[in-house]
Amino acid sequence: MGSPPSFLASFFSGKFGITERDLESYLSEALSAGGEYADLYFEYLSTSSIGIDEGIVKSASESVTLGVGIRVIAGERTGYAYSDDLSPEKIRKAARVAALIARGPASIMKTGFQEARKHNLYSMVTSPHEASLAERVDLVKRADAAAREYDGRVFQVIASYADSVREVLVASSDGRLSFDRQPMARMGVAALARETDGIPQQGYSGGGGRVTLDFFLNEKTPEHFAKEAARQAIVQLSAVDAPAGESIVVLGPGWPGILLHEAVGHGLEADFNRKGVSAFSGRIGQQVASPLCTVIDDGTIGSRRGSLNVDDEGVPTQKNVLIENGILRGYLQDTLSARLLKSSSTGSGRRESYQHIPMPRMTNTYMLAGQSDPGDIIRSVPKGIYCATFGGGQVDITSGNFVFQATESYLIEDGKLTRPVKGASLIGNGPEALKYVSMVGNDLQLDEGIGVCGKEGQSVPVGVGIPTVKIDKMTVGGTSA
Amino acid sequence: MSELLIDIARAAVRRALEAGASGAECTISEGEEFSASVRMREVENLKQAGSRGAGIRVLVGNLTGSSRTSDLSAQGIETMVRGAMGLARITTPDPHAGLPDPADLGRFPNDLRLYDDSVSRMETEWKIAQATRAEEVALAADARITNSEGASFDSYLGSRAFANSLGFAGEYRTSSCGLSVVPVAKQNGSMERDYWQTAAREVARLESPEEVGRRAAERALRRLNPRKVPTQKVPVIFEPRTARMLLGDLFDAVNGGAIYRQASFLAGKLGEKIASDALTIIDDATMPGLFGSSPFDDEGVTSRRTVVIEKGVLKSYLLNTYTARKLGLKTTANASRGLAGNAGVGPGNFYIEAGTRPEGDLIAGILQGFYVTELIGASANTVTGDYSSGAAGLWIENGELAYPVSEITIAGNLKQMLMNLEQVAANLEFRSSIASPALLIGEMTISGQ
Repeated sequence: MGSPPSFLASFFSGKFGITERDLESYLSEALSAGGEYADLYFEYLSTSSIGIDEGIVKSASESVTLGVGIRVIAGERTGYAYSDDLSPEKIRKAARVAALIARGPASIMKTGFQEARKHNLYSMVTSPHEASLAERVDLVKRADAAAREYDGRVFQVIASYADSVREVLVASSDGRLSFDRQPMARMGVAALARETDGIPQQGYSGGGGRVTLDFFLNEKTPEHFAKEAARQAIVQLSAVDAPAGESIVVLGPGWPGILLHEAVGHGLEADFNRKGVSAFSGRIGQQVASPLCTVIDDGTIGSRRGSLNVDDEGVPTQKNVLIENGILRGYLQDTLSARLLKSSSTGSGRRESYQHIPMPRMTNTYMLAGQSDPGDIIRSVPKGIYCATFGGGQVDITSGNFVFQATESYLIEDGKLTRPVKGASLIGNGPEALKYVSMVGNDLQLDEGIGVCGKEGQSVPVGVGIPTVKIDKMTVGGTSA
Repeated sequence: MSELLIDIARAAVRRALEAGASGAECTISEGEEFSASVRMREVENLKQAGSRGAGIRVLVGNLTGSSRTSDLSAQGIETMVRGAMGLARITTPDPHAGLPDPADLGRFPNDLRLYDDSVSRMETEWKIAQATRAEEVALAADARITNSEGASFDSYLGSRAFANSLGFAGEYRTSSCGLSVVPVAKQNGSMERDYWQTAAREVARLESPEEVGRRAAERALRRLNPRKVPTQKVPVIFEPRTARMLLGDLFDAVNGGAIYRQASFLAGKLGEKIASDALTIIDDATMPGLFGSSPFDDEGVTSRRTVVIEKGVLKSYLLNTYTARKLGLKTTANASRGLAGNAGVGPGNFYIEAGTRPEGDLIAGILQGFYVTELIGASANTVTGDYSSGAAGLWIENGELAYPVSEITIAGNLKQMLMNLEQVAANLEFRSSIASPALLIGEMTISGQ
């Protein structure tokens, strides 16, 4: 059989001379001891990063990593091996190691690949590596200058810029063939500010997505992130102790959508539900949130950080409804869970690299906008807390308890934002917390592109988003009892 | 393996000097990982693979550039060196950048027992059997243990080589293995999980699968049907597993990188009393067989023991060459990095010296308090010391662990928490490079109902 022109034009065919015949032979080797399914994940990742600290460009680094991961599935069992050497002998050897999971006669590899359908979300006009090094240095220098210029009380600035291109090829024994070229770029700025001889406070801002350097020249500039980091540090200089105890909580739009990621997203990943270890297990069709809440996980939004043309199993990403008007609708499936649950993949199979086994993961998780005016939401609160920015979060999917850290918050007193309060954890229970959502704003915003999600030791980039939301009861972990 | 890693590292450094670098340092690592997981008595995943990587940092006067590759061929090394040289040209001269003082370079002379052949000799079937047994014991422990997230046996064999242009070159091998299980307990609509884990550099030092299964089950069971307590201020005991997380946050505050940037609440406090007399913290990378040990740090500086806090007095920060120069101090051999880039600061074996009383005595002395067994989403602001975390654990009533508590937070400020550290228990165990016995902190804010 001949290879389609698109395959011959693909990265791994061009750079390593890999043919479809090679892919078939590796997959046959992987299925030589049986098993229902095998796949190959080829990855070539080049990265670069630059950092400025104390006004000095102290670090500049680049890397190239490549390899292939080989997976064999037999029932619920997965065998996995990888090689960072793409020579045929080494790939075959890895295939035989992965095959150790299966014990039986060889399975037959379907011959002939079908190129998988895919989105075209992130067209790269220029490759990141075509941009000159000097241009990248200029970005961090501009960030450093802008943060210092914002306010004389800013005394320390760290800024970084990092970009990467990941070339991916996925081939499976059921004939799926898919390749993608995935850009990623991100800027981050941290600022420290203090009054004369006072206690320093910090602020952080960052963003990016599946974009290249032009994004930071034309859309979100270094000055944008620098001013935001400096502003947050200055706000914290006058922060008072956060309250302790149950409170009305209003979440601002954008990054506070991490609430959805922790409170519901992880608990809806199909592996946990297949195993019956999630607080959401067996609850499809049940009311798990107020009717005002519709929560989506969507890997197809333009050049967002969590978006992908195809997931890391070669399946096109899609827009998945998790919760619709408060009712739990569906789980996030990878191919293994879909097979075992007799469902189909939702394009949610992701992995950190060729060294990792894919599993169901989120992409961009957000809540649809509601009807309320954000100002009305704040005015409706006699006493509470408004959270504008968050740090990270974490969830125990079994009990359903989740935590996230508010890094910029304000007291709400008589319907007005008054004093800023210090950072505090907020805690709630996944299947319960969203039942207390009483108002949803008309101002949905997605975050700026800084999210990294960790699960079982694997990190992947994700996005979140939320409109202004009022939650009538949540526990705020401050010190002011 | 055809070529020794240390020779590849030396050759890379030579190439950098030939290409015009005034100094260079190269790190190479190679490793083989194995992991077997079992769930509900069936093998779930079997993973096995090896990988290699090299990283170089070059100095051109006071400019630095770094590069990393997984291609260790002569051509791959050449590309890596050229990449780093190109990057150095775009950085800004940094008067403090450089290689360590030659007098600091060297290898800790004693055998640190970082590698044990037993790890490479274990058969796959045996490893699977260990995981299966641990899960079986957990499932059989009680009728309320109805499910499991699985058990796994992992092992790793690694080599690390380092060479620099001052003539230092060293290499060492490491081994590790570990067994863990995550049972799920269920009763009256309450579902809770917990885990137990054992890890060591040699197989003989692992806890038995029976012990691992039993402890994991016990921990999951005691969390069932938790209550949410009212908001209040009470004494808090961190058991060793949560105490070591708190200690990890404290590490960030003595990290030289945070100190020279004034980004730590301990900046400028050297020699001052910053904690109660009960607290002594050591960092020691020379303890045989432990995970935080190594013969030299990631800049080739001889490993050593450093007293960080002694009876509440801050004695030393933890430093690499760069942060030491910024502060006018000497490196404490805490340089840490992956393969490439400027070195950061990392722990050796960073631990709180054990007290003399058993943990039970600490609990017995408390009328109303909280015993923390899990921290989720912990957030410590190193700059200000503000601390807040989600928590689960057991409520202490009249000197006894009374009932499980969850969906609450604990909060305080590390400055006050250190001063309020009333007791350190005797139960210090080195399960990872950061280790602590149980700690009793006089007062923290519990946020609940």
